Amino acid sequence: MSSEKATLKVPTIGEYLANGESPEILFWVGCAGSFDDRAKKITKAVVKILNHVGVKFAVLGTEESCTGDPAKRAGNEFLFQMQAMNNISILNGYDIKKIVTACPHCFNTLKNEYPDLGGNYEVIHHTQLIQNLIDTGKLKVEGGTFKGKKITFHDPCYLGRGNDEYEAPRIIIEKLDAELVEMKRCKTNGLCCGAGGAQMFKEAEKGKKEINIERTEEALSINPQVIATGCPFCNTMMTDGVKNFNKEHVIKVMDVAELIAQANDL
Amino acid sequence: MGFSNLIFLLFLAFAIFLFSKNIKKLIRNIRLGRDINRSDNKSERLSIMTRVALGQSKIMAKPVAGFLHVIVYLGFIIINIEVIEIIIDGLFGTHRILSFLGSFYNFLIGSFEILAMSVLVACIVFLIRRNIIRIPRFFNPEITKWPKTDANLILIIEILLMSAFLLMNAADSALQNKEVSHYIKAGAFPVSSFLVNIFNNYSVNFLIFIERSTWWFHIIGILAFLNYLPYSKHLHIILAFPNVFFSNLNPKGQFSNMESVTNEVKLMFDPNAVPPTNLNPGKFGAKDVSDLSWKNLMDAYSCTECGRCTSECPANITGKLLSPRKIMMDTRDRLEEVGKNIDKNGLDFDDGKSLFSYISQEEILACTSCNACVQACPVNIDPLSIIMELRRYKIMEESSAPSEWNNVFSNIENNGAPWQFSPSDRLNWRDE
Ligand code: SF4
Ligand code: SF4
Repeated sequence: MSSEKATLKVPTIGEYLANGESPEILFWVGCAGSFDDRAKKITKAVVKILNHVGVKFAVLGTEESCTGDPAKRAGNEFLFQMQAMNNISILNGYDIKKIVTACPHCFNTLKNEYPDLGGNYEVIHHTQLIQNLIDTGKLKVEGGTFKGKKITFHDPCYLGRGNDEYEAPRIIIEKLDAELVEMKRCKTNGLCCGAGGAQMFKEAEKGKKEINIERTEEALSINPQVIATGCPFCNTMMTDGVKNFNKEHVIKVMDVAELIAQANDL
Repeated sequence: MGFSNLIFLLFLAFAIFLFSKNIKKLIRNIRLGRDINRSDNKSERLSIMTRVALGQSKIMAKPVAGFLHVIVYLGFIIINIEVIEIIIDGLFGTHRILSFLGSFYNFLIGSFEILAMSVLVACIVFLIRRNIIRIPRFFNPEITKWPKTDANLILIIEILLMSAFLLMNAADSALQNKEVSHYIKAGAFPVSSFLVNIFNNYSVNFLIFIERSTWWFHIIGILAFLNYLPYSKHLHIILAFPNVFFSNLNPKGQFSNMESVTNEVKLMFDPNAVPPTNLNPGKFGAKDVSDLSWKNLMDAYSCTECGRCTSECPANITGKLLSPRKIMMDTRDRLEEVGKNIDKNGLDFDDGKSLFSYISQEEILACTSCNACVQACPVNIDPLSIIMELRRYKIMEESSAPSEWNNVFSNIENNGAPWQFSPSDRLNWRDE
């Protein structure tokens, strides 16, 4: 950990401006990426990639606040718009033009729901950024540890169906020389992990099964070595699912950013 | 004009009168919904309608049902060209008036016969799928009683109509063979000719009886079926087209920002802001059909009750009460009820009921907002948008959120995150 600490460069926007510079892109870390222990590792993987390529990015740090997505999906539009207005006034105050985020929920909200309220930014998901870095030759990827491994991709609803991005994560996985195997329900027909719509934050309604168990069963049925995803909440749900079947030692649940960071030994 | 032509005219006029009355009511009911702008991007809308409604693209996601549906759909549209001729013949006492088209006419009648036979077979397969193979999506609790009867009834009516058409042609062709006057030589009968050999043995009078009665059965059946549509899921054969035309063109993940809330939030941020005067804040979210948008209501009338949404719904798959198809059916039932109340008691009548008399909180809370239902729907219905409006009402008007959600709300409000962490710790990960 301590060596990592020494190498991670995470400037805040305030620090940038103090040096009279401005970043190319803002990295919106999100609540899960900031506070959830598992998701923090994804955040760091993203930072490692950005550092490695030399992307000039900044974070809002303590000025960042929940996008309001869980409130909006739970039906609390008031709270959502309060959060949105606050965030927009900070983002506009710093004259932010471009945002990358590792959370499809933040991505969707910032990209689609903020413009109406006065927040107009170019917003991309981290898998889109990584794909772009690979396409433009800035990031070289070799399979490394994942060469020949069976990897399946679980589509996050708000990246896939919500915003029609199915290819970026798959293109990245294929760059790892891995064998990309698809679950029966994938892409437009992907099955939700069970976390969306603020379900993450409450007990499920009465039923015969948990949604993440249903999804994990499907993933296990094709015997992957890695279940890849691009959302901190999907990651939690699938990790819990895999643990439920006592498979956590044979099947890893990893974010696409972590795959790249690990393959490149970052 | 003979007596039978008069009878025909009366039937036709009555059917059209009834149908237009029903359609007017339907439009009035849809207009009970809130306004929403779906008249932008006409060319994109036309192309979606061409692909999804006309081209049946989403139906093909399930290849077997998709293929059968395309047969019935094409058959139904094309065979109905025949109705034009039937109506002219019926009104003027002519027989096969279009036969002057010569070989093209023969080609038409021949293809109608082949289509009619295919439709007949497809409908039989559909009946088997529904009742004998017992495909699970046809056995959810909401598909019992009337909806189940409705589905079977439609298939049986189509089988009867197609059979009548083929029998009529067979009798006609036998009469043509016997060179009975009035039955001019016209048409090609690739399917019904198999029956002709049997029919050739019957007397002219009996054949005329069969030809006339199947002719009448066919046309009265079609007119009756037309007027059955407003009470049936079969209404989708009309509404699928406008409903797809008015689809949501935004990314599916994007939910509407409530303008009434924006106005209030703006006032809180800037007390000097002038509130718009033309605003009727109304309620937040939807309690009844008139709080939904007109597109939500058109969705409800367009639903084919196919259950593709429900069979993809993660909540339903894992045994929760939520079924997006039921949400659509409940919305239609409630809308019909409100419509009947208006007919009987005028516009402001309050029967003390609402959508929540049909849909429970447990159902709407189970939705993960995953959009699988929206993706699956062959006629671009958006059950999620109704679920969200109901949720908004429950949360904002009734404050009846589950306690875990209330904690999330207060955490977001106080700490800027759904969990109880201090905002000042937000960047701690950098140094861990
Ligand atoms: S959006 Fe809601 S209702 Fe639709 S499929 Fe997903 S969980 Fe079911
Ligand atoms: S909403 Fe669409 S998918 Fe669901 S039952 Fe109705 S027509 Fe079928």
